[in-house]
Amino acid sequence: MTLELGPNQQPAHTRHGSSIGQPLTRRDGFLKVTGTARFAADNHPPGMLYAALAVSSIARGRVVSLDVEAAKAHSGVVEVMTPLNRPALAADPDAKDHPFMFRLDLLQNDRVRYPNQSIAVVIAQTLEAATEGAALLSPRYEVLPARVGLDGAEGFVPRGVGVGGPAVQQKGDVEAGLESARTRIEATYETPAQYHNAMEPHAIVAAWDGDRLSIDTPSQGLAMAQGRIAGLFGIAPQNVHIRSPFLGGGFGSKGMISGPQVLGILAAKLVGRPVKLVLRREQMFGPVGHRAPTRQTLRMGMDGEGRLTAISHHARTTSSTFDDFFEPAADASHTLYASPAIATSHDAVRLDTGTPLFMRAPGEATGSIALESAIDEAAHACGMDPLEFRLRNYAEVEPMTGKPFSSKALRECYEQAAERFGWASRPLQPRRMRDADGFLTGWGMGTATFPAIMFQAEARAVLRADGSGLMETGAQDMGQGAWTAFAQIAADGLGLDIDQVDFRAGSSDLPNAGIAGGSGHTATAGMAIHNAGAAVIARLADLATGNEASPLFGAGNEGVLARGGRLYRRDDESRSESYADILARAGLAEIEGRGKGAPDPASQETYAKHAHGAVFAEVKVDPDLGQIRVTRLVGAFAAGRVINPRLVRSQYYGGMIWGVSFALHEEAVTDRRSGRIQNANLADYHVPVNADVPSVEALLVHEDDPHVNALGIKGVGEIGITGTAGAVTNAVWHATGVRPRRFPIRIEDMLG
Amino acid sequence: MTTTLPISLTVNGHHHELEVDPRVTLLDLLREQLELTGTKKGCDRGQCGACTVLVDGKRINSCLALAVSHDGAEVLTIEGVAHGEELHPVQAAFIAHDGFQCGFCTPGQIMSTIGLIAEGQAGADPERIREGLSGNICRCAAYSGIVEAVLEAQQQLARTDRRTAA
Repeated sequence: MTLELGPNQQPAHTRHGSSIGQPLTRRDGFLKVTGTARFAADNHPPGMLYAALAVSSIARGRVVSLDVEAAKAHSGVVEVMTPLNRPALAADPDAKDHPFMFRLDLLQNDRVRYPNQSIAVVIAQTLEAATEGAALLSPRYEVLPARVGLDGAEGFVPRGVGVGGPAVQQKGDVEAGLESARTRIEATYETPAQYHNAMEPHAIVAAWDGDRLSIDTPSQGLAMAQGRIAGLFGIAPQNVHIRSPFLGGGFGSKGMISGPQVLGILAAKLVGRPVKLVLRREQMFGPVGHRAPTRQTLRMGMDGEGRLTAISHHARTTSSTFDDFFEPAADASHTLYASPAIATSHDAVRLDTGTPLFMRAPGEATGSIALESAIDEAAHACGMDPLEFRLRNYAEVEPMTGKPFSSKALRECYEQAAERFGWASRPLQPRRMRDADGFLTGWGMGTATFPAIMFQAEARAVLRADGSGLMETGAQDMGQGAWTAFAQIAADGLGLDIDQVDFRAGSSDLPNAGIAGGSGHTATAGMAIHNAGAAVIARLADLATGNEASPLFGAGNEGVLARGGRLYRRDDESRSESYADILARAGLAEIEGRGKGAPDPASQETYAKHAHGAVFAEVKVDPDLGQIRVTRLVGAFAAGRVINPRLVRSQYYGGMIWGVSFALHEEAVTDRRSGRIQNANLADYHVPVNADVPSVEALLVHEDDPHVNALGIKGVGEIGITGTAGAVTNAVWHATGVRPRRFPIRIEDMLG
Repeated sequence: MTTTLPISLTVNGHHHELEVDPRVTLLDLLREQLELTGTKKGCDRGQCGACTVLVDGKRINSCLALAVSHDGAEVLTIEGVAHGEELHPVQAAFIAHDGFQCGFCTPGQIMSTIGLIAEGQAGADPERIREGLSGNICRCAAYSGIVEAVLEAQQQLARTDRRTAA
């Protein structure tokens, strides 16, 4: 008994629940604080062997020799997998059937195209033997010069940037706008390569049973990973079972299955036993994606009243020599500030690095820090307060497209955050504030924005004879709180208390929940859950209203409410019947409904859909040493309906701290001679630690959006970085009078 | 065969007599041989703190400790902190204050917090708590919640101590 509701159908009844909007603590909290949450590398099937990767120590060239004999002679080593004995694949790992099928290094030849590329896999009885075996391989190389840096090769204009958007876009006449301007600014900013560095290294435990494959591995997109693996091995997708109940962070790096994960599967195939392969931290700087560096030039013109007459935003970025991902940094200028003329463009160079990838707010984060810095420079050039300048150029419609916004409570974000921060007392000129200890103090702000994206998802809902419910969707929890937020949506969708709902996720044998990315998972899978709930309740209502023995007989679907495990007549709530009674009368053990989540094409066409926010930062700079500390951050965000304010606030905090990190901490440093990354570890690649994190506040600004989806959900996972990085940068300028133009901001930049 | 050495360890109150490869770290011993996988490996070189456990009451990075060098030690891991369903005050406070997101660094954060409180150095000063927990990286950046959780758990533990003393 299945009823399926499509994404754009209105459910024919009302479900009244109380779970959505509640600040529930995490439902997976107990497992996570007791160490019983099972992450991929915690699995240990019987007979399992350990695999260790050997990776290239050069950026470009060829592996000339590997001492396989030495490795094999080491006690405990079972096998060494190289291009010579790697099991055959059904598909070429260098084939690319669609833009999101990234090319993988699966020992298809002896070529090296980036540092830390896999060149062999050693499989052993113990981790120690595998690791030592890998060291014994002592690779010899034929080395070619590495192409490094934003000027390391010939520039070209990519065919598409980000998810395939045009590399060059414009409206109006930017040159004329600049020409007619009273005031002009031009500035060039550089952002570094960054690596996701989720705390959990990519890991896989793979076990073959004939042509069936069982895998534990973290994945932000189970169905896509399943399809990719099935294609590589020439087996049916349903023969690949991936379990990913918990991801130890993803941030985009676990969106696609990576080469090392597939090598774990190949190793298991080669030895005919289950194999565990876990990347070492330094091995994560290469094959699992990164945020590409950018160099961005912004030009802006303003009239006598501080209104923008033109915005020109050009970004150079980098990709690998063998695949395409282009950070769409300049696109940040499409949505925030009204201007009669806007031109954005990208070009790129190809370097001997791993292929860049989506990393938390790809394009938005890099573009935002440059755009918000330039806006601050423009405001100062006009002699205006940065908030006043932003309000003067407030976009009532999306600047690039002219589309109305589906909703936009940015004004309220500015107001609430500015008020909370105390912005009104800020001196206009820099270097005017000092604290009691003599530290230079500065206040800066930035606007945050992120598109409200939806993908495709499906869910299955079941109501059981005992009146309880089940909701299934292969959703992925990488810390954003899917286990909790989706259970809340499921409870309301089924008209049940949350404790009456069994929620299943994190496994590829469940309905495809789409990807946990683009800040679109809650909206997409949430709508699938919502619609599956509607479908099964509609089925239940049919059973009741069509049966003379029911107190709901004759009410019709339109006239029923679902709440607390009962259906009620809409016009007479004294007449109701429990789910259990309805199913018992019908003699059914359970009934099922299915739902989908997807963007509505009509509203996509009509509206610009974005979440917005405003972030204010205070920094203190040591006038003698140039050391910078962020001491206070206040953000206010409007992102449609909030499913769980406790978890949403945590997403904002996390994003804002990533913004601090962007401005002050993170940078992968490449050696210009060898092309190797010099700081591929967590001591030298700086991410914020507890002591780096100041007082952070995130205000949740109410926003109803009737157009994004029936639940009114936008997305909260990435927006916090945008705005924040710029706010910190602008606060540094306000403290010191020095305008940072390269990131992360360095002490030497402060000392001039 | 690789040489092994005999050691004895008490882990979460259970005594073990073991023969270990001298290359095996305490972390890998716990995870791969004793099936105590709550303790996590984030970097394997003492930079992230995900592997924090208490050895003889002191917090250490178990990835930097060779198992053979801790013969006779008493080890407490995340699995030994709760009493069945009853959470330790630090664990409960981490849930209440959303002191984690993905949960991967959480066992290390909690063990480090228990160690920090026992050291008695941080008191109720958030600045010193932040400093004292800065060996434990949380890439999700749940730091605010962690500090709130530490403050609350400390109070809770102090109350319990007073009751016990009285």
